[in-house]
Formats: sequence, structure tokens, C-alpha cells
Amino acid sequence: MIKKVTNHLSQNEALLFERSSPGKKAYQLPELDIPAVDAAEALGAENVRQEIAGFPEVSEVEALRHFTRLSTWNYAIDYGMYPLGSCTMKYNPRINEVVARTEGLAWAHPYQPESLSQGCMQVMACLEAALAEICGMDAVTLQPAAGAHGELTGILLIRALLEKRGNPRLKILIPDSAHGTNPATAAIAGYAVENIKSSETGGVDLTALEQLVTGDVAALMVTNPNTLGVFENNIVRVAEILHKKGAMLYMDGANMNALVGIARPGDFGVDVMHLNLHKTFSTPHGGGGPGAGPVAVKKVLEPFLPTPRLKRSGRRLAFDYKRKRSIGRVKAYYGNFGVLVRALAYIQAHGGPGLRNATMDAVLNAVYVRKALESYYDLPYQSPNMHEVVFSDDRQAKLGVRTGDIAKRLIDYGFHPYTVSFPMIVHGALMIEPTETEGKLEIDSFIDAMISIAHEIETDPQMVKNAPYNTRTSRVDEVTAARKPVLRWKPA
Amino acid sequence: MRYLPKSESERRAMLDACGVSSPEELFAHLPEGVRLNRPLNLAPGISEYEIVEYFRSRAAECATGYASFLGAGVYHHFRPVLVDTVVSRGEFLTSYTPYQAEIAQGTLTTIFEFQTMICQLTGMDVANASMYDGSTAVPEAAMMAVRATGKGRVLIAKSVHPEYREVLATYAKHQGMPVVEFGYIAESGNLDLEDLERQMDPLTGAVIIQTPNFFGIVEQVKAAAEIAHRHGALLVVVFTEAVSLGLLEPPAEADIVAGELQSFAISPSYGGPYAGIIATKGKYIRQMPGRLVGQTTDSRGNRAFCLTLSTREQHIRREKATSNICTNQALIALMATVFMTVYGKQGLRELAEQNLAKAHYLAGKLKPRFCGKFFNEFVVRAEGKSPEEINKALLKKKIIGGLPLGRFYPELADCTLLCATEMTKRADMDALAEVQA
Amino acid sequence: MYPDNFRYTKEHEWVLADGDAATVGITDHAQQELGDIVYVDLPKVGTRVDAGKPLGSVESVKAVSDIYSPVNGEITEVNESLADAPEKLNSDPHGAAWLVKIRLSNPEEIQHLMSASDYLSYVGAEK
Repeated sequence: MIKKVTNHLSQNEALLFERSSPGKKAYQLPELDIPAVDAAEALGAENVRQEIAGFPEVSEVEALRHFTRLSTWNYAIDYGMYPLGSCTMKYNPRINEVVARTEGLAWAHPYQPESLSQGCMQVMACLEAALAEICGMDAVTLQPAAGAHGELTGILLIRALLEKRGNPRLKILIPDSAHGTNPATAAIAGYAVENIKSSETGGVDLTALEQLVTGDVAALMVTNPNTLGVFENNIVRVAEILHKKGAMLYMDGANMNALVGIARPGDFGVDVMHLNLHKTFSTPHGGGGPGAGPVAVKKVLEPFLPTPRLKRSGRRLAFDYKRKRSIGRVKAYYGNFGVLVRALAYIQAHGGPGLRNATMDAVLNAVYVRKALESYYDLPYQSPNMHEVVFSDDRQAKLGVRTGDIAKRLIDYGFHPYTVSFPMIVHGALMIEPTETEGKLEIDSFIDAMISIAHEIETDPQMVKNAPYNTRTSRVDEVTAARKPVLRWKPA
Repeated sequence: MRYLPKSESERRAMLDACGVSSPEELFAHLPEGVRLNRPLNLAPGISEYEIVEYFRSRAAECATGYASFLGAGVYHHFRPVLVDTVVSRGEFLTSYTPYQAEIAQGTLTTIFEFQTMICQLTGMDVANASMYDGSTAVPEAAMMAVRATGKGRVLIAKSVHPEYREVLATYAKHQGMPVVEFGYIAESGNLDLEDLERQMDPLTGAVIIQTPNFFGIVEQVKAAAEIAHRHGALLVVVFTEAVSLGLLEPPAEADIVAGELQSFAISPSYGGPYAGIIATKGKYIRQMPGRLVGQTTDSRGNRAFCLTLSTREQHIRREKATSNICTNQALIALMATVFMTVYGKQGLRELAEQNLAKAHYLAGKLKPRFCGKFFNEFVVRAEGKSPEEINKALLKKKIIGGLPLGRFYPELADCTLLCATEMTKRADMDALAEVQA
Repeated sequence: MYPDNFRYTKEHEWVLADGDAATVGITDHAQQELGDIVYVDLPKVGTRVDAGKPLGSVESVKAVSDIYSPVNGEITEVNESLADAPEKLNSDPHGAAWLVKIRLSNPEEIQHLMSASDYLSYVGAEK
């Protein structure tokens, strides 16, 4: 029985280009208070374009309706639980949106004088300090624009330190359970990637690690808790093995939502890590971005952080550009400041104790889902889970129904699917991360849906394989999209 | 805490179901030495009211009520009200990357429209909304050109945004991708095409130029393309001022266009978040980094959109991916999409014409340092005083002057880069000219 | 199903040799495992290929698989028709959807590859 949703009219809407009609306007510019200029004269006739063929021409009302109608075709956290594992889809507090639009902050130009930017710099300094405390690290850079960008920054920092010690080394070790960004990042930083197989319990295999860590290894990139939602219980030992051989421990902080206020990476041997402010610190995902990927480091890596660095100069803050050992810039200006504002507002709203409570609720929700569903879905790794739980479709696959099908059926029940087929070490993975945002009612309703689907698979697997039924768009032909790419509109 | 929805009794019921007596017990499996045995050293939570107050106070420590002549990659353009109306809708704001096409058609459709409009503006065949910003789009474009040509050397004009060049240097250092700069003509501020020709060699895979360049000057894209192509390299054209595309000939001779869309209703926000694009010719699609949306049909035969050509990306190809990027800057790209929709075919041109007029009015009162054709920015030499002294004097009049160029171009230490947009008032230009001239 | 005059590899390629001229493709088993094939990346004519090293790749919507060269030699022809019709690899992997033709450096080496019956029991065992 589907309880969470029912049918609702959904407006059809053409593309902007199909709605256009010459001369329609949604804008009005002020009268020029100075003489107009002839473009051909000022720019050279050869540099002036013809009209922008195909560009839309719609009225203001139509523009508003267009985007409003399209918006209703999306699912969102604002509609309900969004249990995408590894993505941490938590509530995005609206106060964050309000403060990010404060005029003096939103309209601050990155090159305006430092004397007129102290408020912005103060926000950054406060956030750096809070993140350092949360991670147990010594210094933080806010420059990276997203998680993968933070990874690159972190690996370049390691490279710079090892180079200074005389040998940048050749390889980065990456567990087979890692996010795809990890190996892609290592490659961009000029390292070869060596995969390390997970142990039977899903963690880093210590014996394998001891063998693999040679003088060629620059670092291990580890996600902790890992992508199974399991804490690396040997993490201190892992760090020791690496450090003994002069290698570094990089932590992908994608799953920091399981640790804030409970344990600090800096205390368990991590040398450098990134955070995803759009995960743990509630800044909106916005359909894929923007994010922010601050990097936190131990003191030994601080001299290499991207330029410029914030520094105190008497009572004022200033940017320090003269940093000889810095890896350089990873991005123009200082970071995704608008995202940083939102993250700081989130930290302020929770405060220290609140952040810890959020972590506990996040873990409680995931453990609760596990208990409720483990008799219906196969649980390939039995270790205690933290903020997320990974099932496999092993039982359902016997009836021909795969994780992707279950996900599509879940849509009919009014939920966004979990993460499908990741991590790759679990065949047919269902990766569920409820986050602390969900109350008991919503989670119970999700659990009911999952159980109901498990029953449906037993009685009518074919029905589940053709889901979803209740969406305005049914299953999409991704094969044709890839075989014959149509990547822009063209007039018929 | 107001972001945590459980009542105590609900929490208790859930703990019971999990077979634990306290939330702490859920962490009992963590090794003893790993757990933090003290509270975080952070202040307790505060109310909405206090949060608003805090950020208002910080904002008050920043420039408000000033006229500004800063550009240099970040521009003050009016943000149409519809932009915030649309991006504040929770369906756009609080959704994820559109992996589940059936319930993400809103985001997918707007990205498809975005891709189309960027192609129309740039003269390219395909475009994405996946770069963090213009500065990081540059190394991504360079790496793409290197993959496409199999040649690792990169030539970049000194008139490309200096911070973009710094970012390229950071990325290039460890990839065996030598980056060499070529110059500009001292009189015009245009590309020194002879220098480019001199520095070309058979190992060069990419030539990177910017138009309008960092000095605001419109570049000779065709001539640069001719040189690059004759030597088997790709031409990458960078833009930082997207409004210029309303009036300027699109860089259709480029192989890759890498740009920054901040001008399209993205607030300056002290440097980010912005949105970068990469656009290219059809034949280079498979070398592109980042997310792409394609048109297809659903099982009922209706038009639908989905993410496509994903095999280029990190989550599938891992260390062999075209990039490590995972972001698609969808919400910011949506701002730009709404902006382009509001202005449309006529409006974007009129807007560009106003920018052109304002900058030329201001330039008419001053002596531009370069004789090249410019759009809405130009360089002036400070007479008598240093650029910094002039800016100090301007601050007293509640005017933030242009960017002194000495920190990026020692040879232009006596010069300032000024910008005027549709938001620049005549009275402020007159006041600036009095001090600057 | 698996032609007797082909030789097969453990990576699921087939070779049909005539003197020093060989045609190479992927097996029906391979196309089934990959699912709907959406793109094929093949080398240029004239490229030297080494046995056991990737010579190109095939892609489904969510996976990429390397194609390993079964032999040493030089590419003499590439099946251009697959660029516009990768679906042929699903419908006719042993025929119209051949991938490349290779001039063999050492025509004898294909004798070391599996026969049709060996391959059949190999994929049977793999399952």
C-alpha cells in the first residue's frame, strides 16, 4: 500500500525555445544617462555579432511559469526523505539562504580593499577555526570549490611535502570501496593508483597494507567511515604503518556526518582530509552544485597550503600572498564564500553540543533502518554501521529484480531512491543514508515501502521491473541517449 | 535543536528498537583511543535572530554604499528578481545531481536549456555546466586539449586573467604539462601574435587566450586560431565577462571555450560560488570533462532528458577519467539560465550596449593606456600619483576605484583596470574621473 | 553459436585468421555481459598492437571495458560503421560487428588461443 503519495496534476511545459515569439520581453533596462555608442565603431564592425540565433524571447510571466512548472518535476529534500548513501542529503536550513544574501557579503567584490572586507574575512577565519576544531587538525584552507577539488588540493599538499623531503614518490593506495573521485584525483596529481582490496569485514586489510606500503607509496586515501558506513577500527594502526614508511594518511571526509563531535580524524592519525560542506554542513546541493571542499591539515603540511592564507595582523585580518612553499592557487579568489557563509550559519545554529546530537541522530536512523530491513534484504557486511547501511539485492536478484529496479519502485512510494550499485565491492548495492533530518514517521514510512517492495518482488517481480508508474516521466531510454547524443535543442 | 525532528519519546522508541539504551551506545564499537572524550570547543547553538544579527554585523564591516569600478573577472550586474525567485524553490535548491531521471526532469530540462543557450552564445556544438568557475575551467580545458591532440605543451597569453594562469600552473605542474606564456603588444594590449608564432612548436597541444582579455580588450580570435591550427594545436578561448557575448562575435573558430558566468546574475559573493563552462566542437565531446544532459524518450515515448556519456566520468572510469570533477554547478547555472531567459535575444544585446556605452563614456574622460578596442573595462595610467594613492582618495568619496595592476603586471605598476557596467552611474563616473585624471 | 574457424581469448575476443591477415571482434558472451553497447573506441589504422594489451574499449551506459588485442601486429582496417551503429555489437558480434583487422607479426601465435569448444567450456566454467 502506497501511503505517502497520491496523484496530482503535473503541468506540461515546452522548452523555452519552443515558447519564444519575436519581440517578447521579460526585461526593461533603465534609460542610459550618457550618450549611446555605436558598437561597430567602438568594437570594430568585424567584432560585432549578428543576432543570437535561437536565443529565447519570452515574457516575464511565461518565464516565471516555465521555471515553476519545471521545478515541480523534481523530487527534493523539501518533499521528503532523500536517502542517497554517501551524499548526505540533509535539511538545508533557510536561514542560511537569508544570511548568504546579506548585502555587504553577497555583493562583496573579491578585489575590494581588505579594509572594507573585514567582515568577509572574519567569517572565513571563524569557519577555519571551527572546522579545525571539529576535525582535530591544525590548519584549514577554504579555497577548494568542492570535495574532489579538496582531494586534489590535499594530494598536492602531500606531494609538496614529500618533494621537500627529497622524493615525491610514485603511488597512491586506494581501497576498492573508494569513491571514483579518489583515483581520478590521484591521477591528476601525477600519481599512479594502486587498488587495495577490502578485508572480509569491508575495512582496510592490514596484511595487504603492510605489503603494499613501500618507499614508493606517497599516501593512502581512505574514507572513514568507509563507503559501507563502517568505521575503520584499525585506523590508528593504518596510520602507523604508513607513517613508519614515511607515507601519509589522507582521509576523504565525505562521511564526516558520522563523526562530528564523536571522534576527530586528527586524533586518530589522519594527516590531511577534506570536508564536503554540502554534505555534513547542510549547504544545499542545488541539483549538483555548488559545493565547497575545505581541506584540513596537520601542522607539517601548513606551509604548503594554497595561497593566499588568512593571517591576523594586529586587530585586522589580511591575506598573505608571500608563501614560498605553497602549492599555489587551486581556484581564483578565496573559495566559494557564499557556501562558507551557509556552513558557518549551520555550525552556529547547532553549536558544539547540537552538532554531536545531530551525529547521534544520523547514526541512530541508519541503525534503525538496518534493524528493520535486515530480514528482508541481504546484508553482506555484518560489522556495526554508522551513518549509512549497505544492503545487496542478492535475494531479489534471484527473482530477476535488481537494485536499480527496487530503486525505481521506491519512487512510486514517494521516496527518492538510495544510492544504487555503489560501493562497487557490494554486488547490487542498496546504500541507504537517512541522515539526522528524518523523524520516526518518515523513516517508518520508508521502511514500510521497502518491505512492501520486497513482498511485491516475491509475488510480481515483473511489475517491479517496469516501475515507476506514478511519475510524469516513465523509465528513460538512457541507451539511445548515449548512442545518439542530442545535447542541445535545434529548430525542427 | 530545531533541525532535529525527533521528540524524546520517538528517539527512545527508536533506541529500543535498535536494542540500545542510549545514543552513545551506538558508538561503543569505536576503539577507546579514537573517541573524543570532551565536548567540542564550540559555542552552544544560537537562534535565527542571533544568526541574522551576526552576519549583519559582519556585513557592516564590509563595503556597503560604495560605488565600485572593480571588474577584473567579477562584475556588478543587476540580478533580475526572477533569478532568486526560481533558485529559492526547494525543488531546485534541495535536490541532488539528477541521477534518477524520472524524478529530476526539472533540473535536467533546465540544464539542457542551459547547454543550448551556451552553444548559441559561443558558437560551439556542446556545452556543460560542470566547472566550478572560470579559473578551474582553464586547466580542465588545457587537459582536454592535451588529450585530444596527444601533445602536452600549453601556451597561454599573459593577458589571460592572472589568477586563472596561477590555477593552471598548479594543475599543470605534476602532469608533465609545461605551460609557457606569450606576451601582449605594449601599445594595443592585444595578443602579440608574432610572439605566439615564435613560441609555437610541434609539441604544443593548446593555445589559450582570453577575450575580452584581462585588460578589457577584444582579441583577434581568428588570427590566433589560424596560428594554433597551423601547428596542430587546439585554440582555447576564455571569457570572464559573459555579457560581452551579447554584442561580440562568438569565438566560433575556437576548439574549446572555457568561461565564467558570474556576470549572469551570480552575486560577486567575495569570489564564489560561480559557474564555469566548457563548450566545444562536436568531435571533442568524448574528451570533455563533467556532466552532460541529453535528450531521449521515456518508455511511453515522451520526450525526456537524462545524464549521458557518463563513461567519461570519474565514478565509472576512475583513474582514467577525463577529470576528477563530480560537481555540476546546477544551481548557479540555473541562475544564469534564468538570467539569459529574462534578457533574451534583444535584452542581452541591449545590456551589452549599455555596458559598452558606460565604459566608453568613462574612457572618454580619461586616457586609456592601450589603443585596442575594449568592451566594458580598460586600463588607465595614473598621472602624478600611484594607483593606490588615487584609490585612497576615491574611498573618501565613497568610491572603490579600479584594480591597481602592479601586483600582477610589474610593468603596469602605474596602471589601474577600470570597469563600468549598466549599474555604474554617470555622477560616479564624473567623480572618479576628477580624481583619476 | 561460436564458429569453429575462430580462435578465442580469456578476455572474450575472437580472431579469424587467413595467413597473416586477422579479423578481431568480441564474443557473443562479451556483448551479453556488457549489455547495450553505446560506443566503441578503436585505434587508428597503422597502430602497432601487442598481444594482451588494450587496443580500444567498448562502453555500455554505465561501464567501460577494455578490448585486449589477442595478437601482435599492426592495424590495417577499422570497422568504421560501428561509430554510428554500436548496437551492431549486440546483434551481430561475430559478423558485421567485427572491430579491427590486423596484419599478424607472427601468424603461428593464434594457435595458442582457445578453440570454440575450449572457449565454450571456459565461459561455462566462469559462470
